[in-house]
Amino acid sequence: MNVEGIKAIYFNEMRRTRNTLLQSIVSPVLSTALYFVVFGGAIGSRIQSVEGVDYGLFIVPGLMMLSLLTQSISNASFGIFFPKFTGTIYEVMSAPMSFFEVIVGYVGAAATKSLIIGTIILITAAFFVDLRIAHPVWMVAFLVLTCIAFSLFGFIIGLWADNFEKLQLIPLIVITPLVFLGGSFYSIDMLPEFWQKVTLFNPVVYLISGFRWSFFEVADVPVGLSLAMIAGFLVLCLGIVWWMFKTGYKLRS
Amino acid sequence: MNPTSEPIIRVRGLGKRYANGFTALSNVDLDIKEGEILALLGPNGAGKTTLISTICGLVEPTSGSVTVGGHDIHKNFREARSLIGLVPQELAIAPFDVVANTVRLSRGLFGLARNDVYIEELLGRLSLGDKMGNIMQQLSGGMKRRVLIAKALAHEPRILFLDEPTAGVDVELRKDMWAIVEQLRADGVTIILTTHYIEEAEEIADRVGVIAKGRIIAIDDKVNLMSRFGRKQLTIELRDPCDSVPATLEPFSLERSSDGRRLVYSYDTRADRTGITSLLQALNSAGLQLKDLSTTQSSLEDIFVDMVASDNDGAVE
Ligand SMILES: Nc1ncnc2c1ncn2[C@@H]1O[C@H](COP(=O)(O)OP(=O)(O)O)[C@@H](O)[C@H]1O
Ligand SMILES: [Mg+2]
Repeated sequence: MNVEGIKAIYFNEMRRTRNTLLQSIVSPVLSTALYFVVFGGAIGSRIQSVEGVDYGLFIVPGLMMLSLLTQSISNASFGIFFPKFTGTIYEVMSAPMSFFEVIVGYVGAAATKSLIIGTIILITAAFFVDLRIAHPVWMVAFLVLTCIAFSLFGFIIGLWADNFEKLQLIPLIVITPLVFLGGSFYSIDMLPEFWQKVTLFNPVVYLISGFRWSFFEVADVPVGLSLAMIAGFLVLCLGIVWWMFKTGYKLRS
Repeated sequence: MNPTSEPIIRVRGLGKRYANGFTALSNVDLDIKEGEILALLGPNGAGKTTLISTICGLVEPTSGSVTVGGHDIHKNFREARSLIGLVPQELAIAPFDVVANTVRLSRGLFGLARNDVYIEELLGRLSLGDKMGNIMQQLSGGMKRRVLIAKALAHEPRILFLDEPTAGVDVELRKDMWAIVEQLRADGVTIILTTHYIEEAEEIADRVGVIAKGRIIAIDDKVNLMSRFGRKQLTIELRDPCDSVPATLEPFSLERSSDGRRLVYSYDTRADRTGITSLLQALNSAGLQLKDLSTTQSSLEDIFVDMVASDNDGAVE
């Protein structure tokens, strides 16, 4: 096991984050604050509460998930895409590192960054609402699993993409709609019955529902199902990555 | 180095066919001796980069095997790769990385603990001492190449690959590069460089391998290769121009310059009898008066062109 190699990739990626501190940290804080002003303030003044939870509070888990998913994907995909783009990936590929170790370095760094952003959003939220977390351990578990699973997914996208358009494509046309339609800002009970059924095909619903349960013990779907979905997604990503490793996908000709 | 010792790199029956069906290497056998400087000489597209990339683990071979320091590059990829440093042909750099950090990264990737003393010394040796804190983007092309060399040496490898190290490099860096290579050789590092400049191979290498169309068509000590393929030309300047080559001189197949003032005789330096003595006698009896004599040896360039040409003939048949 090349621990020094994993550390080298991990800390190099984390340094990149430090160098772009402003965009990495300030922007989620700012957008979270804006969401609170617009959704919590403007809409919250009309909706009051959802399933007994104050609306401003209700949107916190969804807001966090929204950022976690998009940040995990964009960080991880960019993290591996950029060295592919500049050609510096040759060094990683010729180093005495297994593909698994390379992934731990890149995905670990992207997931860490997402975790930090999630925490910052949580702290920001505490300034706007009276935060309470019913199951802190489950909350952290959901947080960590989501960061890892979607960073892995981002890694896959970054490997697959051979230009900047493709890099943006999946997050833009798949992830963002799924997240917005995944119940970030509402309970799916609030939708017409037909759309409630359709929504159940959206995996992000399970993610947000489970995460919200860890805060308020209210959920759209059983929490076990939420956990199974995210575990399933993680396994799927691991499977794809394993296949990429076997075939040297886009890295070795 | 002990000539009977195991080669540090052993390539056997190596073949590479790219996904598009193009065969870039066919059945390459190559032994690289520890501590030598080997130049791989060949025109663009010959397969030099593919060969190097395969040994370094960047390209997956379709057939054959490679061992580095006795370690198979697949089964024992960690041991094999740990021995190798690679300076790629393309100037691949992360534009926003700080020089010292990017060199530290390289060392870490190869599994070694951080060692700032060594990194500082290394950068100093490459005249990058005052550039440690700069970001890559701010460096000139030559400086970037130096950083790439530093990255390749960051883990103190026993083997260094330099893929076209002097392509687009100014005279000063070229000189520095050879000084570095000499220093590394003195430290016992094995160096493999590719080039399509003959003079470069001639200047620096101990052995030269000529590669064309994915095959190594000749490999030998530089001196042997020169004399093996080297033909010398004897140019005879005549006091008075001649209209045609006298019939008695026909066996020597001389070339006559258009003004008739010069005759050129080609001969093989390896041959026991070069035929020079009898030629001079024949010239004398033909009544031709000599003004001057000079010889030139064909450079690797001529040799190379000859070999590739004959290789092409073979392919056409
Ligand atoms: N990834 C690739 N896919 C298909 N053909 C390739 C690839 N890489 C190189 N080639 C082809 O293989 C041949 C050898 O290339 P290369 O090893 O780069 O030659 P050299 O380094 O001697 O110039 C060239 O004809 C090149 O076009
Ligand atoms: Mg090349």
